[in-house]
Amino acid sequence: MNYLPVELGRRSFLKNSVMGFGSAALMSLLQDELPAAEKVVPESPAGDFAGTLQPLHFPPKVKRIVHLCMAGGMTHLETFDYKAKLAEMDGQPMPESLTKGQQIAQLQGRKLSCFAPQHPFQKYGESGQEICSLFPHLGAVADDLCIIKSMHTDQINHDPAHTLFNTGTSIAGRPSMGSWLLYGLGQETQNLPGYVVLTSVGKGGQSQPIAARQWHSGFLPSRYQGVQFHSTGAPVLYLNRPDGVALNQQKQVIDTVNQLNQNFNEVVDDPEINTRIRQYEMAFRMQTSVPELMDLSSESKETFDGYGTQGGDGTYASNCLLARRLLERGVRFVQLYHRGWDHHGGIKRSMEITSKEVDQPTAAFIKDLKERGLFEDTLIVFGGEFGRTPMAQGSGRDHHIKGYSMFLSGGAVKGGLSYGGTDEFGYNAVDNPVHVRDFHATMLKLFGIDHKRFTYKFQGLDFRLTGVEEAHVLKDVIS
Amino acid sequence: MFVVRMLLLSLLFIAPTGLLAGEIEFNRDIRPILSDKCFACHGPDANHREADLRLDERENAIQSRDGHRVITPGKPTMSELVARITADDEFTVMPPPESGKPLSKEEIEILKQWIAEGAEYQQHWSLIPPTRPEVPTVKNRDWVVTPIDAFILKRLEEEGVTPSEVADRRTLIRRLSFDLIGLPPTPEEVEAFVNDTSPAAYEQAVDRLLSSPHFGERLAIYWLDLVRYADTLGYHGDQVRSVSPYRDYVIRSFNENKPFDEFTIENLAGDLLPEATLWQKVASTYNRLNRASGEGGVQPKEYLAKYSADRVRTTGAVWLGSTFGCAECHDHKFDPFTTKDFYSFAAFFADVKEQGIVSGARHIAQLPVPTPEQKEELDELIQQLAKVNAEYDRRTPEREQAFAAWQKELANASDQWIAVTPTEAVSTGGATLTVQESGSVLASGKNPANDVYEIQIPLNVKELGGLRLEILPHDSLPAKGPGRAGNGNLVLQKVEATINDQPVTWKTGVATHSQNSHSGQYVVDGNPNGWAILPQTGKDNSLLLQAKETVKVPESSNLKIRLHQNFGNSHTLGHFRFYVTESAEQASPASLANDELVVLIKKPERTDAEINKLWDEFRQRTPMLAEVRKQRDALQKRKQAVEKSVVTTLATEATDPREMRVLPRGNWMDDSGQVVTPQVPEFLPQPAIDEDRRLNRLDLARWLVDERNPLVARTFVNRLWMLYFGHGLSRSVDDLGSQGAWPTHPELLDWLAVDFRENNWDIKRIIKMMVMSNTYRQTSKPSPELRARDPYNKFYARQTRWRLDAEMIRDNALSISGLLVDELGGESVMPYQPAGYWAQLNFPKRTYQHDRGAAQYRRGVYTHWQRTFLHPSLLAFDAPAREECTARRERSNTPLQALVLLNDPTYVEAARKFAERILREGGSTLESKLDYAWQRALSRQPTKEERRLLEELIRENLKRYANDTAAADQLLQTGLAPVAEGIDPTELAAWTAAARTILNLHETITRY
Repeated sequence: MNYLPVELGRRSFLKNSVMGFGSAALMSLLQDELPAAEKVVPESPAGDFAGTLQPLHFPPKVKRIVHLCMAGGMTHLETFDYKAKLAEMDGQPMPESLTKGQQIAQLQGRKLSCFAPQHPFQKYGESGQEICSLFPHLGAVADDLCIIKSMHTDQINHDPAHTLFNTGTSIAGRPSMGSWLLYGLGQETQNLPGYVVLTSVGKGGQSQPIAARQWHSGFLPSRYQGVQFHSTGAPVLYLNRPDGVALNQQKQVIDTVNQLNQNFNEVVDDPEINTRIRQYEMAFRMQTSVPELMDLSSESKETFDGYGTQGGDGTYASNCLLARRLLERGVRFVQLYHRGWDHHGGIKRSMEITSKEVDQPTAAFIKDLKERGLFEDTLIVFGGEFGRTPMAQGSGRDHHIKGYSMFLSGGAVKGGLSYGGTDEFGYNAVDNPVHVRDFHATMLKLFGIDHKRFTYKFQGLDFRLTGVEEAHVLKDVIS
Repeated sequence: MFVVRMLLLSLLFIAPTGLLAGEIEFNRDIRPILSDKCFACHGPDANHREADLRLDERENAIQSRDGHRVITPGKPTMSELVARITADDEFTVMPPPESGKPLSKEEIEILKQWIAEGAEYQQHWSLIPPTRPEVPTVKNRDWVVTPIDAFILKRLEEEGVTPSEVADRRTLIRRLSFDLIGLPPTPEEVEAFVNDTSPAAYEQAVDRLLSSPHFGERLAIYWLDLVRYADTLGYHGDQVRSVSPYRDYVIRSFNENKPFDEFTIENLAGDLLPEATLWQKVASTYNRLNRASGEGGVQPKEYLAKYSADRVRTTGAVWLGSTFGCAECHDHKFDPFTTKDFYSFAAFFADVKEQGIVSGARHIAQLPVPTPEQKEELDELIQQLAKVNAEYDRRTPEREQAFAAWQKELANASDQWIAVTPTEAVSTGGATLTVQESGSVLASGKNPANDVYEIQIPLNVKELGGLRLEILPHDSLPAKGPGRAGNGNLVLQKVEATINDQPVTWKTGVATHSQNSHSGQYVVDGNPNGWAILPQTGKDNSLLLQAKETVKVPESSNLKIRLHQNFGNSHTLGHFRFYVTESAEQASPASLANDELVVLIKKPERTDAEINKLWDEFRQRTPMLAEVRKQRDALQKRKQAVEKSVVTTLATEATDPREMRVLPRGNWMDDSGQVVTPQVPEFLPQPAIDEDRRLNRLDLARWLVDERNPLVARTFVNRLWMLYFGHGLSRSVDDLGSQGAWPTHPELLDWLAVDFRENNWDIKRIIKMMVMSNTYRQTSKPSPELRARDPYNKFYARQTRWRLDAEMIRDNALSISGLLVDELGGESVMPYQPAGYWAQLNFPKRTYQHDRGAAQYRRGVYTHWQRTFLHPSLLAFDAPAREECTARRERSNTPLQALVLLNDPTYVEAARKFAERILREGGSTLESKLDYAWQRALSRQPTKEERRLLEELIRENLKRYANDTAAADQLLQTGLAPVAEGIDPTELAAWTAAARTILNLHETITRY
């Protein structure tokens, strides 16, 4: 990692400064001109792990985030957005005034008719939030959920829509939001990656392919990349020692490598070597910290029962439990994919299966964070890359981008709030529409970052997560 | 960035160099400020221009506005600009606070000074056609080896900085080897070079490496990043597509030193060249390397727009070094690209034949690219086939005679077989059997898995010698039948026949065609495989059953037939009819003809076409030609097999260009934009074409390499410079536009660009000039003074050092271990990869199968490039996914890299084989073995301390493995390479630990 200019200790650099110029300003000026490999990060007790934003633009309200991504396109009409009108018009043509000239995925050229919500809704909690009755556990924590019913996005196919949600654009090669956060904020743990991705499949639909692009660091240095934890084999790629090599042998190899590197550094005087030595130390720590993380033997029966899993099986529930353990250990961003939400057909039955897979563990996760005092400064995001059509596709629903739902939770947002809304058909977000970039701006704000001032120079341009279009912080959802 | 320069100068050099003394240069000092802080609202983008003010054009900036001027040249105090940038009031000050881009005090001073000095503008430097500057004269002429040195030294002398020493010879040969061929030098090459003190030795080494076939592989790594070469589609299911011949083309072109202008033309328009060669067509695969989608819900029009934009972005980045892609939705905010330029440029590619949705990568038109051996074999096969066909078609008197006899036989045979019409046909399985007017039986309705048909036939013959079952195609049947299985097949196990309840027993069953392992005889023998007819579905065939003995048939007798069909899956008869014969001597199946043929034979007058048809039928059946037929079939089969094994590529095929429009705000659904035709950006010199015709890709390619194009040569040499010196002369190798970095040595960049172009775009020549220079040969270790003076190496008073590229780290380990298979070219290969890494892929699900044998040990450049899940070892070392053009890779230093080198089986296996090599070739003592290991991996001798550390490591490991031989065996099982025989496993395992240590060293993976 090139935290220091390759050929210069930062301290001596600043010592030579004779102008009355704030060091932060100087740094940012330098950053602009330098290839990324030479970027300077101010020193801090966290050393290698510090972020570039010193100080933050605002006092932060959250320290960490978990993104529970319902990949495939979570229906809003069987989760958080009940539409009586659709039930009434079931089977009748959708008003053409809504659909004419609009983007359509698999329903291209087909008859478009209304499709009633396939499951009833009920009111939950003191707030009386309306949630589909398939989600009784989430209902039980309804007063902790801030449901946004007016999301909209630009991309109607899975791959670009995920890319947009993660990076702010559908063009490949841009950093994901997790990478942006690590770049700006640094990471707290020195034993685990700061950005971890977990995935699970479901039994209620085809499994969505999720590209590694979704957690790539794009043009940011690749140390800000998300690290995928696997449920089979080594949890982190190449974490396991070669067969026939004991831990102390591995340690001796690493110690010897580090010693030889240090000796060689006396000859060549290469700051990269110091960094290399630290990376080998971290790699070695991971060989014990990751197994410790994955070892659930210290978890109580109540915890297992709460999540509805014994863990270790790669299910969504098991990943929720793992997510809590990661957050506890100082991981900044956990992204957790459930890949089974693409319900083009048989949505009634599929939703019964899929809701069961996520309802209890998600609610248990929220409760668990509360009990452990992590809820206050954690942002929980739950939702997919788009919603599903109010129109029938046989017995299912097609992709829909003009209006859909997701929820936020955590101490920094208003629990028990429903924000925004769609029209009576659940087609267009009409009341306080929230674009994906508004969500990004809000998320950054909660972390103490002004999205307009959080930029990175690439190809001569100041790139930002929220892109060139205007983005709005959702002030009304912040508590 | 002038400010930074100034800061650096004043901070670090303490004594400023008089830079501000009336020597403001717009491009160096002013444009970066205006571009970064002002152009977004007062620049080229007409749609977002505020107050109708352009600060990128002098005329506009200095014009009078109701008596005021934004800039009054020479008079800062009378310039509104100065008033605004110095205002205290947040509503007046510029740039507005919400832009987040305040001007610094220094910037304000510079702007004032610029206005005071007359506010002179310059066209942006990279848009001024480069002219060849004078090579500067320097004091220390001895230091100048190539003109490059003169430019570098000139600046150094001005700055009072001395160049660094030449690197030691061992470092030099390693540097050259990694830079030019991407592989380490062998110990022999190092020794030869170190010992050869003749003045020509260095140049000879350079020449040797430039002419190595691995030169092309090394340069291809970089080029493939630029053009985003990959083996998969990139969107959603990320399916495989075949484009590897393009990679071969690139490697081959660099090796042959194809001039860059030709290379450019072939990439963009190889298919349009007159009488394009195979490899020119292969080159045009460039236009098809974009990401593409096979997702079900894709709207083709939307994706065609995405592909189109992708091409503009990439071509703009690769050749123009520009961020042209920004103009997709709005006029470029910093450079003069308009949206119209963007879509007019896209129109050049409107003729590329493609689909918006790629339904199965196989369905896209593929260009076969046979290897020379395959080509030779195919030519040979075609020749042989022609010969055999000629023989087959020949009409000799003998054949004429046989032909006549055959017709007679057919006529007789047809007379022998009497068509019979059933009175009743019943399916016991519930299907509907209908007797047709012609006497045939057609099945319809319910389609049971198994069935027995019962047929009643009145007989008008005196004796029964045999039964013929003819199966017929029918349009109502799956695949036209004659069976009812999904593929038109059927399986018949048994034909029971009784005459007035007296069973008839069969002697033989012969068919005109039988599927392999489903012979007609099985119907007689009771073999459950029965008779089936693949692949001859949709065709007419017959099964002939000969009675054991001729059966007497009393008058008005009834023949009852039961057809048993119990193969399952509806392999039942769909359409069929019966014939009977009195003769015990049955005609051969060869003499059976369908009605059509019989009619033809019996016809008194026949046309030539009809006669030819008869000949065709005859040749297919006559035993006379059996041998020729066999030869012909064998040749055809072989030809098909070879054709199937030929690798294909997605070459460009031109078609009628689609209509292209400006898409307002990039919205593909908006058809209101103006229709555009191919045109290069308006602000650049236009193509010199006299005729009035639509421009095409060939015109575009020629325009790129036209001497008036200011960007292409600069872009390319700037990037080559980066490959050999660590940074571009303009450090923003991906953007030479307004926001790009002012070159550290603008004259040198121009000189190189012109020299490159004027010397026939000769790539090897310009590279040689770079690596021959004294600038290149300096040590990369800075003196403390130099480090303080020039921390970012902008003077090039030393070399730069960097970690090797991902592919080269792999190549290096394989080369050191002796495992490397250094064949050139070919399809992509699959190195070891952790199980489950592809678990996220779907449509279809895939299981990664690593290659076995030689393919496992190929260079990294040949690794299968799965865009959405790039091989994790390459990814860890910053190889890009190649979804977009990458002009510069990051060089990160992460714990994941440590894990790869420590634990990836590729590196463990390499260590194991390296250990084996050390033990075999490293002499008999510990000392000689360590010498050997160091020499091979690091091209030098180990130090005393290094020896000590390794000896200790080996000692510990020997101890452990002596106590646990099972562990030693386990370690030695890593990878596919066979375990060496005759070496003590304990020793081998302990040395594997030593070898792993060496392969993990920073020095091993670094180019100094």
